Amino acid sequence: MSDSNNKNPQGLDPEVTEKLRVQANELVEHVNAGDYARAMTLISDLSEVRDQSLYREVGRLTRSLHEAIRNFQIDPRNAEQQEALSKMTDASDRLEYVVQMTGQAANRTMDLVEETMPKAHVIRDEAAALRDEWQRLRRREMQPAEFRDLYGRIDRFFVTLTEDADTIYNNLSEILLAQDFQDLTGQVIQKVTNLVKEVEEHLLSLVVMASHVDQLTGTVHEIESAEVSAEQGVGPQMNAEEREDVVSGQDDVDDLLSSLGF
Amino acid sequence: MKILIVDDFSTMRRIIKNLLRDLGFTNTDEADDGNTALPMLQSGKYDFLVTDWNMPGMSGFDLLKAVRADENLKTLPVLMVTAEAKRDQIVAAAQAGVNGYVVKPFTAAVLKEKIEKIFERIQ
Repeated sequence: MSDSNNKNPQGLDPEVTEKLRVQANELVEHVNAGDYARAMTLISDLSEVRDQSLYREVGRLTRSLHEAIRNFQIDPRNAEQQEALSKMTDASDRLEYVVQMTGQAANRTMDLVEETMPKAHVIRDEAAALRDEWQRLRRREMQPAEFRDLYGRIDRFFVTLTEDADTIYNNLSEILLAQDFQDLTGQVIQKVTNLVKEVEEHLLSLVVMASHVDQLTGTVHEIESAEVSAEQGVGPQMNAEEREDVVSGQDDVDDLLSSLGF
Repeated sequence: MKILIVDDFSTMRRIIKNLLRDLGFTNTDEADDGNTALPMLQSGKYDFLVTDWNMPGMSGFDLLKAVRADENLKTLPVLMVTAEAKRDQIVAAAQAGVNGYVVKPFTAAVLKEKIEKIFERIQ
């Protein structure tokens, strides 16, 4: 609120407070002088000043409220505002898209890993078996017929090794490409973050306005402190290193559990 | 050795399934929350339960308590693999009778160590 600098902490105009002061003094004088009829008129004037300032304040707040709501862009009366509205509702679609993209990337990566790992296993096992045979050959423990078998086996191994190495290389490069979601989801998340910040700012000005109304009318709210139960789970913790109530890794968990006698 | 993996994200179930397979445990089933998992545990003969904490429907913590309260399941070893990192929660899980607690993100080595530790204690 731009004119808030001219106001006292209760949110009243200086003009109003000045009027109050003058009339209050007059009231005391009249009461002391025994002029009760005049005093009564003054009391009624005083309450009128209060009402007027209240009306003025309410009018001003209504305008600000209207402005704030318009800033929220939730009034789809024209095409421009409809687009802004879709910006708001779009946010959840965007986040859904992030979930989808990351899920796809994770599954694609795991498909390729699951396809690649057995190949590495087979190569390793065959290489180990061939090495044993090769050692036997070097120790001259091999019969000519066995050597001919080994000859063919090594030949086949070279062929499959080349093919499998190509497959493994291609799978790894596909895994690399599957990480491209980070770029896209990063952009989407940044957009949504900006939107959240924007909404937060507008909300904040609404809260300030509401507290203004409370001060003027003398309303006191009983705010129940809602203790969030951790039993249903609260998800990953940010800045774990800076917090006392949160473990910052498996070592912390192990220490805690062993302190409990685990 | 039959193992039930409970996590609401299929990606995490798949990761755990793969890690367990590398450790030699190939007989695994999956459930996406406690409500699905509990009847499976009650009807199938599972030897081990790996569960997340934060899931829609029945949470892993409630599942742990339900398992401990069930006459036929109360000795089932339970490993929690979760992003829940509050000290209070870990203490609560320990008090509810969890056998191991792995906090996400975790490594294959940590999962292996915790599982082996649990089986050591049982045998």
